[in-house]
Amino acid sequence: MASIADLLEGKRVCICAGSGGVGKTTTSAAIAAGMAARGRKVAVLTIDPAKRLADSLGLPELGNTERQVDPSLFSETGVETNGGELWAMMLDAKATFDEVVRKHAPDAETRERILSNRIYQQLSNALAGSQEYMAMEKLFEIHAEDRYDLLVLDTPPSRNALDFLDAPRRLTQFIEGRALQVFIKPTGFGMKVFGRGAGMAFGVLKRITGVDLLQDLAEFFQAMSGMVGGFQERAKRVTELLAADESTFLVVCGPQGEPIEEAVYFHRKLVEAKLPFGGVIVNKVHYEDEMPLEHEELGPELTDAVGDEGLAARVRKNFEDFRALSERDRRNVEHLAREMRTRAVIRVPYLDEDIHDLAGLMEVNRYLFASGSEERAEIAASV
Amino acid sequence: MPDLLDKRLVIVTGKGGVGKSTVALATAIAASRNGKRTVLCEVAAQERLSRVFHRAEIGFNEVEMADNLWAISIDPDESMREYLLIQLKVRAMRDLLVRSKIFSYLAAATPGLKELVTIGKIWELAQPERRVKGAREYDLVVVDAPATGHGVGFLQTPRTFAGIARVGPIRSQAETLDKFIRNHRKTGVKIVSAPEEMPVNETASLERDLVDEVGVAVDRIVMNGLYPERFTDAEADRLADVAAEANGVVRAACRAAVRECRRARSQRQQLARLEELTRAPVTTLPFLFEPELGVEGVGALAEELP
Repeated sequence: MASIADLLEGKRVCICAGSGGVGKTTTSAAIAAGMAARGRKVAVLTIDPAKRLADSLGLPELGNTERQVDPSLFSETGVETNGGELWAMMLDAKATFDEVVRKHAPDAETRERILSNRIYQQLSNALAGSQEYMAMEKLFEIHAEDRYDLLVLDTPPSRNALDFLDAPRRLTQFIEGRALQVFIKPTGFGMKVFGRGAGMAFGVLKRITGVDLLQDLAEFFQAMSGMVGGFQERAKRVTELLAADESTFLVVCGPQGEPIEEAVYFHRKLVEAKLPFGGVIVNKVHYEDEMPLEHEELGPELTDAVGDEGLAARVRKNFEDFRALSERDRRNVEHLAREMRTRAVIRVPYLDEDIHDLAGLMEVNRYLFASGSEERAEIAASV
Repeated sequence: MPDLLDKRLVIVTGKGGVGKSTVALATAIAASRNGKRTVLCEVAAQERLSRVFHRAEIGFNEVEMADNLWAISIDPDESMREYLLIQLKVRAMRDLLVRSKIFSYLAAATPGLKELVTIGKIWELAQPERRVKGAREYDLVVVDAPATGHGVGFLQTPRTFAGIARVGPIRSQAETLDKFIRNHRKTGVKIVSAPEEMPVNETASLERDLVDEVGVAVDRIVMNGLYPERFTDAEADRLADVAAEANGVVRAACRAAVRECRRARSQRQQLARLEELTRAPVTTLPFLFEPELGVEGVGALAEELP
């Protein structure tokens, strides 16, 4: 078993990735708070924090820039930070996209043409991957400013964790819009790409889409053409940052069969893309440690201790149900570790209450930051 | 207003990890058991249905799963091709367009076009007289919609698109779809939630956006995975005392009971919040203590749906 503190040794960028609904946002916040409590200056970039958690951290309106969590909150919670700081910001894809356009448009006219184009206005909402790309864009920007020891990125809740890895490629491909250049000038090279009859095909297409859609597209890509080089360059540098030694990917998942399979798949894709895999965090685990002596039957001593036959029967049935779940979780986590060929598997139990304040995050950190023996002790002492 | 299962189209939505696909399947099973010829649509190659049913062949053609129950996995490229075939009556023209690949370039460059043709295929399935020649007619289409990341994306696509294209067949198609989705007699929405703080908050804001911004009918909210109330507070207190004195397996069993009681309690608080924060009627589905939910388990859940 591993501790987050070990996994993040020497790292400056930590990307928490995984499919939706596995507790990624809470895990990211807990990691950031835990590292701040270890004296680091940390910023967590999140997508959609639980309102109650954000409120309790004194960040009711988390904007597209970082804000610091009041250090006195740590001392009130009984946490010594040793000079560490916790900053948080909420990613706003549309605002980030606008910033990028403002910063990189060659002139005021191009800038306005892009910002007012109807295709562009739908982009950040409708184009799959644009939210993911903008998350990376922001990560890159803050990293370049070099104000933090560690950045923790909570990735967007995509249906598929892989969208995230694919985002820079897809967005630059989109903005290059090579195929659409053909629509702007359907002659010469473009005609060769589409082969004979392209002019006719184009005519047929117009009948389906209406001329205005093609014109808007053509206008958008013309306006963007001056920025293509800039986007390609940035996408390249973002990809380099993600692949660097100072970066690490933590995969977050749940203990059921499906999220485990998704995590295995995602890990494989990370390895294929030569991106640095740090470890995996399994949330909401039913521990076998809570359920000792697997094969031991619950005999009459339970009835004696409880002193009520009916109640004892319900306790027994409930125990069997939870044993079955913890047995499943144990098998799934073993399978996960085997498939990923890693020992860096951190398990966080299914806690009784939702996490909604700093104290709750520190509770999660007892598991995230525990070494192997500490972890076992925590579990034995729990309930 | 007709009952949810008497509409033509039911869209099951919600955030990731709440059991949306399970509830969509249970809804489709419930409808098919009521004698409705039902087709369940999976969107964007999740291939989950194939796994649950252990059937490899669920693709763009509907496959019969049980009496009155069919399944389809809607692929946007296939939908696009089919749309072109329907739009272009002259065979030579559509061959030309499909062969030249110009349309797929357009799809890659136009935000939302893939979602639009996916919804177009769902609409086509829900027509009493199908546009695809010789196609089976259904009473009900159930859609396992993509998980909502932010807001309402998928269902807003037709209207967004009608804004992008001002004239032409694509615009009128987008308008037809938008009208169908917002027709409360034809289309209903079911939001799936889970008994935790974040999913409850997200369900409330999703319902608001769907009703106020998109204008669809949210007919029902399903609180999924609710722990049963197996122990009273007094019993849990007593069991906690026993656990403190006991050892080994007795202690573990009592702890498990205390824990179950606490979770069931905190989940009931979230259920109360959900009922307070939302407008549509809330149905609950129990947590099933089964390591992996198979077709039988989902069938049992279908019995619990109203």
